Amino acid sequence: MWDHEIRAMASTHAIIAGSVFMATVLPTVLVPGFSVYGTHLLWLYSVSAAVAAVSGTVFWLLGVTAPTKKHTLGYKLSRLFRSCVYFFLSCLFFHTVVVLYGAPLIESALETFSLAVLLSSLTTLRCLCVLGPNVQAWIRVFSRHGAMSVWDTCLQITVACTLIGAWVGAFPIPLDWDRPWQVWPVSCSLGAIIGYLTGLVVAPAWIHYHRKQLTYKCK
Amino acid sequence: MKGLTVLSLLVWLCAVYFVGIYLFVGGFLLVRLEVNRTSACGDVLQPGVEPLDFCQSRPRFRRAVILIIDALKIDFARFDRSNTAPRPYENKLPVLEEAVSSRPSQSRLYPFRADPPTTTMQRIKGFTTGSLPTFVDVGNNFASSAILEDNLIHQLGQMGKRVVFMGDDTWENLFPKKFYRSLPFPSFNVKDLHTVDNGILQHLYSTMVGDDWDVLVAHFLGVDHCGHRFGPDHPAMSDKLTQMDGVIRAVIDRLQNDTLLVVMGDHGMTDTGDHGGESQKETDAALFLYSPSAIFPGPPSQDEPDVVPQTDLVPTLALLLGIPIPFSSVGQVLLPLFAPHQQTEAADGRLSQLEALWINTKQVNRFLETYSGLAKDIDPQSLSELKAQFARLSSEYLSALREGRAPSQRLASSMQDYLTAVRDTCRATWARFNPAKMAGGLAVLTFACVACLVTSELSVVLTEEKRAALKAPATVAIAVGVGVAAAQLLTRGYAEAAWSLAAGAISSEVIFLWRAWRLKRSAVLKNGAKASKLSRWLIPRRLLLPWLAVALLRCASLLSDSYVIHEGRVVTFLLLSLALCVPIHLNWNGHLLPPTPDPLKSAGLLPSPTLTPAAIRKESGTLLGCLGLLVLCSYLSLWFHGCREEQGLCQPSPFLSPLSRLQDNQLKNIYYILSVASLAVCAYLLRLCLCHYGNLNSSGGSAFAARWILPLLCVCTGLHWAVGATAEDAFRQLAELIRTAQLALPRAAFCLLGAALSLVWADPLTVFMKTRNAASSRSSALPPPRYRASTGISPQAELHHLIPQIYQRMRRSLEDGELSGGGEDDNRPAVEAYGLGTVYSAPLLLFCGLLGVGLLLLHPEGMSLAFLLLLLEMGALLHIHASSTTLSGSPGANPGAFNVPWTPVVLWSLAASQFFHATGHLPTFPSIQWGAAFVGFPDGHVGTVLPASLVTLNTFASHILFAVGCPLLLFWPLVREVRGSRGGRGYGEEGEDAVMEMRLRENPHQFSAALLQLATRYLFILGAQTFSSVCAAAILRRHLMVWKVFAPKLMFEASGFLVSSTFLLIGVTLVIRVDVAVGRWFKRLIPSVSR
Ligand SMILES: [Zn+2]
Ligand SMILES: [Zn+2]
Repeated sequence: MWDHEIRAMASTHAIIAGSVFMATVLPTVLVPGFSVYGTHLLWLYSVSAAVAAVSGTVFWLLGVTAPTKKHTLGYKLSRLFRSCVYFFLSCLFFHTVVVLYGAPLIESALETFSLAVLLSSLTTLRCLCVLGPNVQAWIRVFSRHGAMSVWDTCLQITVACTLIGAWVGAFPIPLDWDRPWQVWPVSCSLGAIIGYLTGLVVAPAWIHYHRKQLTYKCK
Repeated sequence: MKGLTVLSLLVWLCAVYFVGIYLFVGGFLLVRLEVNRTSACGDVLQPGVEPLDFCQSRPRFRRAVILIIDALKIDFARFDRSNTAPRPYENKLPVLEEAVSSRPSQSRLYPFRADPPTTTMQRIKGFTTGSLPTFVDVGNNFASSAILEDNLIHQLGQMGKRVVFMGDDTWENLFPKKFYRSLPFPSFNVKDLHTVDNGILQHLYSTMVGDDWDVLVAHFLGVDHCGHRFGPDHPAMSDKLTQMDGVIRAVIDRLQNDTLLVVMGDHGMTDTGDHGGESQKETDAALFLYSPSAIFPGPPSQDEPDVVPQTDLVPTLALLLGIPIPFSSVGQVLLPLFAPHQQTEAADGRLSQLEALWINTKQVNRFLETYSGLAKDIDPQSLSELKAQFARLSSEYLSALREGRAPSQRLASSMQDYLTAVRDTCRATWARFNPAKMAGGLAVLTFACVACLVTSELSVVLTEEKRAALKAPATVAIAVGVGVAAAQLLTRGYAEAAWSLAAGAISSEVIFLWRAWRLKRSAVLKNGAKASKLSRWLIPRRLLLPWLAVALLRCASLLSDSYVIHEGRVVTFLLLSLALCVPIHLNWNGHLLPPTPDPLKSAGLLPSPTLTPAAIRKESGTLLGCLGLLVLCSYLSLWFHGCREEQGLCQPSPFLSPLSRLQDNQLKNIYYILSVASLAVCAYLLRLCLCHYGNLNSSGGSAFAARWILPLLCVCTGLHWAVGATAEDAFRQLAELIRTAQLALPRAAFCLLGAALSLVWADPLTVFMKTRNAASSRSSALPPPRYRASTGISPQAELHHLIPQIYQRMRRSLEDGELSGGGEDDNRPAVEAYGLGTVYSAPLLLFCGLLGVGLLLLHPEGMSLAFLLLLLEMGALLHIHASSTTLSGSPGANPGAFNVPWTPVVLWSLAASQFFHATGHLPTFPSIQWGAAFVGFPDGHVGTVLPASLVTLNTFASHILFAVGCPLLLFWPLVREVRGSRGGRGYGEEGEDAVMEMRLRENPHQFSAALLQLATRYLFILGAQTFSSVCAAAILRRHLMVWKVFAPKLMFEASGFLVSSTFLLIGVTLVIRVDVAVGRWFKRLIPSVSR
């Protein structure tokens, strides 16, 4: 059972990482003048969209999502709608947090919001996929005994990695090196994506090495 | 409680830190006193005995062109024909070699040795004043960087010479309004190799051809910037030097016969292109002198100097151009440029070598006498030797002159010896880092940090110890210190206090650590399996702890100039990050949310929680609310930052300028109302807090201060602002009154503040006793009366938010403990004490608040908003700490342990740094708010102590408030104690009552241990910051920014530490004072029980 789940997770992560890669490479070929620094926002949105689409599809196909009580179309639609609202709210939340951390308030608001969208699609979207639109469950997951499945543990690791990556990404900004990647929000988004990719790699590995210690309460 | 042990340990730790800082700063910061006197033409320096105005005589040169090529190393200027494969910086200035070899009587090239610190600003000061500028030239007006000392530019201006300047804009700051014409170009961007140079070249030649100048100074920066950016060994350097070669050629072509050309570097550079230190690569620049007419007697001869010290340029240029030598110059004239002394009075009005030397000697002697009269830092022995030498020279020269015979050659060389000796003495005093002292300071500081950490980890053991822990270290320290002083006296004839202090500090630290190690071992042996606490520090996983990571990042950020420049934001960022970790960590441990109903728990498998879900929800709500408040406060605090000059696009906060500068009346009114309102809110919040816990009911001094003096103080402050904000000419008829008010109001406020603080100190108890049923309790034979530490005064308050609390010294049986009933008169406690629950924190809070208002008085009015934020943030931090302690209070924990974990302490210190910036301060000298010295003293001061302390109080206001308030961290979880949260285990019978701070009274031992631990932890964090700032200065002493960023930062950090630790001691002492008072109070109450 362990091997099966870890293998599924590893392949899922490989697909998602591949989508990030493709979202960087494909536009370079297709869109003239595309570059990670130059047209940073475009790249951000392409990565966000790719990660959102791919992880949504993969998790739906795998059926990891928490089981729902009802299966009517209306219920599913309302769930979808609520997910969209939650996603948007989380974008606003991240935007606020980033501004409070010192991002400029008015100028480059678009850049800040794009970073918020990226962070949401790397973290909130996964929460939505794994736990559904249920904030209580999200808060519960991030506690020592809160994980109820391998996927929950994996969620903890990737979200933490992403956020720490974005946080660390803010460090080079004040330095006076005048590099293109020090421009707001390039370093933060790069940090977030690098953190996310690290999380994708680390999560299965960590779970694999700690599978003896991991015990889950039944759902 | 062992107040004395705690205090003595803290004082010792502070003292050790101070010694370390003193030692390092003494070796690193070179200090010199500036002499604010100027030379004049009438000074009697002429060779003759009769006074003569030497400015009248015709000078050797009418004009001079001074080309300064920044960082023109001597290696760049030399030309080696045999070198077939020159490096990029070699053989690129052939013009110098051509001139020297083909026209030897017109030109010379010398190595030009700069004195450290070899930074451009200090060097410009050096070769214009002729002195040895240090980092701190005391007497200099810190607020502006203008040179106030006598200098060449000033003398040229006095003589009516037209000085035209172009190039590096540092000159414009150093000599504002001194130039006839000035074309400054921005020097800040090191990456920019061409702006300054091209700017100069656009104007240089046209200016030279014109006739409206006498002295032309052009300062090129390209070579220096090229060095910083690429290093000397780079093709860009070759291009830059070739360009300079062309410039020199073009200038030589345009020179006229009466013009002297000086081409010089201000300093050299290391192989990496940096400078600032004292290695020969950095100090040896090039000096090239050229004149179209012959100035030198012939080709370079044997008695030419090998190296020209940079100070020598000043007297030489002064005498060649016919101006007085600047007063503070210690240079020596460059003899080859003057007529050999055998030649009598040459036709072209040249001074002979001997005359020049005599003028020079007399000027240097005059300076030396003036300086040694003002400052005592020159070694007295060498001073008296120099004086004797001068007296000999003077009599010899004058007698020779009187007798009309030519003074001997020997006299000239002994004058040179004298001048060299003076310069060497001055250099030894002012211009040398002292690496031994720096290393000693670092060592003492390292040990001090370790000792601080050890004390905080072993606080329980250390306070438990019977004998004073410090007796042996102190004795050894004194013995070693005296021994070192004696040894110095024996070997060198005089003793230097710094070294005996250092020896004493180090030996006491070593002894202390050794004893602590033994104590710990014995404690571990006693406690059996208790794991050693120090070894846990070495586990690498601890590095992932948020507080440690944040503290390390904070210390590391002091090592980078960019982070120091943006320090205000960096600190806020770190503070927010660490604060956010608190709820995340709580959630991770499952303490944030009430546990979901669990089948396991109902089966009794899990221990039942001590807090009810409702209480948890309430505490979590408080925690998150306070976190929101904290985040908001720190975000808003960014509005109050000032700006460093390095922050290009930054706009300083509008609240920083005093109201009287505002032009718009309506805006002024709004600002005024805003300021007064926030002051009122501050005072109101403070009173509310005290009132809430019933501390205002007593009739003691503290309550009086809180009830009457605090509002009065606020009124005074508000009125003072109003008076200060009135426009100069608004109320002409009331001018006298306004002047009086400007004088009287702040002084009245200071007096009130002093009275209130001493009242709090003298009578810190805010306990109000009410005897109920006095008759019955007196008559009844019931053993010891029982006390109620009630909080609210109104019955309603008593019922609603505060359940009466009992403090029972005698453990009584359960049935008497019922209080909520209310009806049974017999069971009601005999004595009810209001405010006993916050007996420790109330005076401290009051002290803090009073100090805060007093410090606010020293700030511009707009800063009262920042102070409100400070108060709110303090409260938010305290509440977050209290809530998280309550939430995470593990039921099995020792009920008497009041340890404050590291996270709140780190947050506290970060907040102190944050509000240092958010009250408009910056670690730079121009940003010091000098206006503070004139609050209450609008006409200035007589002495220097009072203004200096006012400015210090203003600058470190936030450090002071947070340091004094530090013990609040210990009390707040108890103040906000939730009923039944802590009592669970050990207090079974009284578990229902929140005893609040009386818990500390019940566990005096743990109280002193916790207080010591908290104070040492705070001290450790502060000390670690200072230590890393010291390290930054030591490691980066060659850095481009060392005198601009790191050295000022070090001074601010060190003085901040001094102030913080002093006020931390005051806070701790106040707590101990309260404890003594409480002890007396109980003794009075229960004569039978002796505590
Ligand atoms: Zn320079
Ligand atoms: Zn330089």
